[in-house]
Amino acid sequence: MAEPFTTLTAIAAPLLRDNVDTDAIIPSREMKSTGKTGLSDGLFAGWRYLDAARTPNPDFVLNQPEHAGARILASGVNFGCGSSREHAVWALAEYGVRCILAQSFAPIFHGNCIRNGIVPVVLDREAIAALAGREVQVDLPAQTVRCADQCWTFAIEAEAKTMLLEGLDAIDLSLKHRDAIAAFHARDRAQRPWVYLEQNHG
Amino acid sequence: MTTLFDRLWDAHVVAPLDGGAALIAIDRVLLHERTGAAALNALSEAGRKVQDPARVFAIMDHIVDTLPGRTDRTLMPGGQAFITETRAAAQAAGITLFDVGHPDQGIMHVVSPELGIVLPGLTLIAPDSHTCTQGALGALAWGIGSSEAEHAMATGTLRLTRPKSMRATFSGQLAPGVTAKDMMLALIAAHGAGGGAGHVVEFAGEAVTALDLEARMTLCNMATEFSAFAGLIAPDEVTFAWLKGRRYAPQGASWDAALAQWRALRSDADAVFDAEIAIDASTIAPMVSWGTSPQASVPVTDAIPADASSAMLDYMALQAGAPLIGTPVDAAFIGSCTNARLSDLRRAAALLKGRKVAAGIRAICVPGSSAVRRAAEAEGLDRVFLDAGFEWRESGCSMCFFAGGESFGDGSRVISSTNRNFESRQGLRVKTHIASPETVAASALAGAIADARDWAHG
Repeated sequence: MAEPFTTLTAIAAPLLRDNVDTDAIIPSREMKSTGKTGLSDGLFAGWRYLDAARTPNPDFVLNQPEHAGARILASGVNFGCGSSREHAVWALAEYGVRCILAQSFAPIFHGNCIRNGIVPVVLDREAIAALAGREVQVDLPAQTVRCADQCWTFAIEAEAKTMLLEGLDAIDLSLKHRDAIAAFHARDRAQRPWVYLEQNHG
Repeated sequence: MTTLFDRLWDAHVVAPLDGGAALIAIDRVLLHERTGAAALNALSEAGRKVQDPARVFAIMDHIVDTLPGRTDRTLMPGGQAFITETRAAAQAAGITLFDVGHPDQGIMHVVSPELGIVLPGLTLIAPDSHTCTQGALGALAWGIGSSEAEHAMATGTLRLTRPKSMRATFSGQLAPGVTAKDMMLALIAAHGAGGGAGHVVEFAGEAVTALDLEARMTLCNMATEFSAFAGLIAPDEVTFAWLKGRRYAPQGASWDAALAQWRALRSDADAVFDAEIAIDASTIAPMVSWGTSPQASVPVTDAIPADASSAMLDYMALQAGAPLIGTPVDAAFIGSCTNARLSDLRRAAALLKGRKVAAGIRAICVPGSSAVRRAAEAEGLDRVFLDAGFEWRESGCSMCFFAGGESFGDGSRVISSTNRNFESRQGLRVKTHIASPETVAASALAGAIADARDWAHG
């Protein structure tokens, strides 16, 4: 279950490139345990560190004093593309990121954000350029992002908004439909019996 | 008016949810050892059960070694725990496991179609972005994260906002030496790595229906590199002939009943899509990537674009305007869920037969599944690869990605039949060029990026 999100005011750390992939967010070599934690140290490892001793790369945004511990990222097109690894979102969340402003998101990453309380906000290139590196206020109920005297609205699916606002557990919510699920299976089993396999068929 | 995607979606709506979302029935869940333990353990820690274990499969593919004589031990530091914990969790949950050493082990997106686990009309999910491969059989198949895998196993459903629909029509015929891999790289190069975002992309047209089923899987495999929700091809007689008799496919009267339903799985002639893309397949050439996104790909005979991203060029140590052909490579890799099926290995072997890879080139072939490996060996393809100087491996994802274990040398340049050329994807600072298996084979022979059409045996 994720922490509920309503509003957040923080500096939007600029990571202004397109197609930031999940291998860049958390390289596979940094996924060292079978659990969901201990990942923030490996966040953006390929860009963040200069060597195996993890000397910080001073050019990387999160190593700059004003952006260390960033809670909001600003980026380009197709953020989170590539591998479906939810570790990318777990690493971001563990580091403290609660919102990503981007021109678009890859679909699996987008879904993983919703399940972990990170708000994916789609804004156009001009808006991203205007707010990157500045303090912004993200207001999820109002679906707005404010920066100084500018304000942009953003779209988000109603289902995703509710999950983020209330930090709901999706499995608990869906299990409330237990009767509908059972009815579907009964009906479907008659229509498509081959879908329903017997255990240890192999 | 109805699209194939509409038909698949509508057949799986369990209940509408607020705000236009829906609870969608999930027919098959596949897991692998990289994330399987995390999902299964999180479920059991929450006191939840796998709702229908008979429809969940776990397959060891991601970090299992591919060296001959492998065990649970891995070259990846700490990798053994992923294998043993996934095995224990799978056994405790009562799901079917294709373990290390099992004759059906292999890359999940090769194994599932081979065994008929995926079928036309099904919904199938896995915590792996290349699950879209399996849309080639007319199933709605897509990658998800661990939380969604837990949700699907606990409830038999997922909560989804309906994706949009797109049709990518490849008209005309492919030229000789041009493959499904080239079609996808051409599509992504033309429309961007984010071009399919939010859409279920149905691949259609003469050049698609002319593909055999394995090539259709290659096409759908890289739908995720287009940022699509899923890739999809309407099932036809090619699909049905390929599936008939496979272990988990229906048999006898059940097969006949299924077939009658599967024949209706197509988009109507007047179906309306949210977006349409058209490509003349006859204009597509063999493609090679030059940058660190699949969209940074060009015909092998072209120069690197004059306006190429300088960040990508710096990483790849290439220059704008320079030709790609002749760029020396250190290694060649044939493998992955994209291009390691029997037909892929046959086409590469046809070029390699009676030849040797260039001096100093490390060349590796990793069959897509243990069954592919056995079939290739039965027709002597292993000898062709070995005699040419390739390593011949056990099946798995292998060096498609670097998990901290086996890798190509730091900063080396690799021509690869895989799907991702991201920074350090195949090893620290490794420069990956993705291409078809033919192009990889020809480049291994040349010791540099080559046009496979120049290497065809007369």
